[in-house]
Amino acid sequence: MLYFPRWKIFLIVAICVLGTILTLPNFFSRETLSALPNWYAHNRVNLGLDLRGGSHLLLEVDMGAVIRDRVEGLVDSARTQLRNDNVGYTAITPGDRGITVQLRDPAQADTAVRALRQLANTIGGGPLGGGQPDLEVTSGGGSVTARLSEIALRERATQAIEQSIEIVRRRIDETGVNEPTIARQGADRILVQLPGVEDPDRVKRLLGTTAKMTFRLVDMNADPSAGRAPPGTDILPSAEGGRAQSAYVIRKKVEVDGANLTNATAGSNPQTGEWVVNFEFDSIGARRFADVTRANVGRPFAIVLDNKVISAPVIREPITGGRGQISGSFTAADANDLAVLLRAGALPAPLKVIEERTVGPDLGADSIRAGLMSVGIGFVLVCAYMIAAYGLFGAFACFALLVNTVLTLAALSLLQATLTLPGIAGVLLSLGLAVDANILINERIREETKKGRGVFGSVEAGFSRAYSTIVDANLTTAIKMAILFVLGTGAIKGFAVTITFGILISLFTATVLVRLMMVSWLRKTRPAVLPV
Amino acid sequence: MFRLRLVPDNTNIQFMRGRHAGLIVSAFLSIASVVLFFYPGLNYGIDFRGGIVIEARTPQAADFASLRHTLGQLNLGQVALQEFGSPQDVLIRLERQPGDDAAQQVAADKVRATLAQELPGTTVRRVEAVGASVSGELFFNGMLALGLALLAMLVYIWFRFEWQFGFGAIVTLLLDVTKVVGFYAITGMQFNLTAIAAILTIMGYSTNDKVVVYDRMRENLRIYKKMPLRELIDRSINETLNRTLGTSMSTLLSILPLAFFGGEALQDFGIVLIFGIFLATSSSIFIAAPILLFLGENRLRRNAPAENAAPAANPTP
Repeated sequence: MLYFPRWKIFLIVAICVLGTILTLPNFFSRETLSALPNWYAHNRVNLGLDLRGGSHLLLEVDMGAVIRDRVEGLVDSARTQLRNDNVGYTAITPGDRGITVQLRDPAQADTAVRALRQLANTIGGGPLGGGQPDLEVTSGGGSVTARLSEIALRERATQAIEQSIEIVRRRIDETGVNEPTIARQGADRILVQLPGVEDPDRVKRLLGTTAKMTFRLVDMNADPSAGRAPPGTDILPSAEGGRAQSAYVIRKKVEVDGANLTNATAGSNPQTGEWVVNFEFDSIGARRFADVTRANVGRPFAIVLDNKVISAPVIREPITGGRGQISGSFTAADANDLAVLLRAGALPAPLKVIEERTVGPDLGADSIRAGLMSVGIGFVLVCAYMIAAYGLFGAFACFALLVNTVLTLAALSLLQATLTLPGIAGVLLSLGLAVDANILINERIREETKKGRGVFGSVEAGFSRAYSTIVDANLTTAIKMAILFVLGTGAIKGFAVTITFGILISLFTATVLVRLMMVSWLRKTRPAVLPV
Repeated sequence: MFRLRLVPDNTNIQFMRGRHAGLIVSAFLSIASVVLFFYPGLNYGIDFRGGIVIEARTPQAADFASLRHTLGQLNLGQVALQEFGSPQDVLIRLERQPGDDAAQQVAADKVRATLAQELPGTTVRRVEAVGASVSGELFFNGMLALGLALLAMLVYIWFRFEWQFGFGAIVTLLLDVTKVVGFYAITGMQFNLTAIAAILTIMGYSTNDKVVVYDRMRENLRIYKKMPLRELIDRSINETLNRTLGTSMSTLLSILPLAFFGGEALQDFGIVLIFGIFLATSSSIFIAAPILLFLGENRLRRNAPAENAAPAANPTP
């Protein structure tokens, strides 16, 4: 047990040296790093948002709105379908998850069921078919009900969240934030982490806009102040402010959809100097836009964004080139943001910020300073105690502790784990816990010495008898940290990670490395009594 | 050669004499802690209750009266202001705003705008806004973590030792955890995610401590086949006393800087851990061991009846 073959010594030393090399980039300055090869320079501990500053936002997709959208669409298409199939009805009422059609003649129930079934979309299945309809159509008591199935609801939710993540990513990329993290969390949430962003207001504004743009005709015959929209129209408020009217009566029918946009850029109008957003349509959008403008010259055409009328210019001539311009008393920032939103596309449903944690960079720097100071003082105190209590063997333990800290840093750097403020606390705590193994060993060696065992025998027995205790004692802590890691969020995870690494690595440093040091010392000096 | 020994070698303290006192004091403290948990209750942080915390640094020493007045006019419910660190640092806490999760955001933005307007040059150093559903989930997950950790410890110790050991460790852990909760109730420290991490850490430390003492008892059970359990437990505790106190000391020394220099967030964490180290060390000796004595008197030591458990010949030096 006390004999170390040459290869083993080599391996132990190699691990320590390699660990040190891997840790070094954390201490180099920016200039030194830029001179080093990329793979090596990148090998640094990832600082959490609480240490480097930044913003953590948890967004929730409004699933209710997603379902509501589909149900509203269902009302419209049911109306058309039933009319085409000559089914008479008295009312179509939207519900939570579907629609109910009151039939004029109950005998037509079968025809109505067939008609509504045609409205279903197929979900699942492969290119060869298969899959199933997303609507469950039932009839009874003179009415027919079409409801979205459970599977359909789940499918919609998945689609909505995936689409939202894509659009959130595109919008954030436009803002120029470095290394954002955008990840799905749970069924309907998106986690957005923005390092270095001190004031997340602009991002929140960008993400809080659905940016569903439609081009719709204005109903000239109705009065928006009447309070009641004529059938087939909505009264929508104006976003223009100032000189324009405060609300418009807008037809429900969408002439051209914002989804047909291919590009949008902010620019300024050379004549008036005011900020505008220029946009381009794809071929379908361009054709529809041309058709509508040709047929409606002289009438106002509303550009609606998230149920607000941005502007409603009068069509002076047909616009056939597939290009257009939105003006609406924008500032440069407004025009830019709108262009970003239009380019990135519309969210399938509104997003809400349900959790925000923002830390300014100077607070982060203060935390790092406080953390490093604590770790330094803690290290000195623990070492002082170990040397006072165990002399030379305590000094061995201190060296092992130093290597332990270096290797923990190396592991964190290598795995790109994130160091958080609680993580620093974890480093400190594992300093105290790591020497526990050496205390156990040293106490055992003392005991064995007192029993009259020889020098080598005591050391041998001390290590072998303390070993199972050390494993037991450390595994219980590791189990607990694993639980904390699985259930914890953000910063707490960082705490669990650093402690787990610290403990596992201490098994190596406190038993293997210290044993090597002790044995080498024993062989060299051949002491008659142990200095414990 | 000078060696720092926390206790002299070869102690023979009869800890088990105090077993009743230890258990009674512990049970009393734990029951008191449970009562304190319900009344007056814990000071839940925004992680678990929802709400807003904003940390701001004003250009000059902050004028709390006028700040309180200005923020009070925003109609955001109770606004708590607190100085910490320097007189320029203000911590603003707002209750959870009525309405949905997003309502916190609206309120936080209002406060930010007001600060920018009333005190130009103020930097907002930290903002945390947690909605109701998120805080509910965080609380549930926190409690789940504590429950699972207890269960995992029970299974682990049961697996590695006899069931009496597992039972003793779990009861001790429960007593420890309730006292930490009581500590939070008495001091009024924020009970948040960090608190859960602190409790789990103390549980980990406490189990670690118990495992070492138990380990020695198991070893001694094999060596001294005839020794009465009571004497054997005392002997095991005495043998491991220097290690138990030594590890407590080293951990304590590593945590102390946290309590002094850790800054607002980690300071509380450090203080609770210090409390936890004292707690865990004492409960290893005065709670876990007596429970084992009661449970194991006739089971772990079949051939040595309990009546033989006479006091050892040499009293404490």
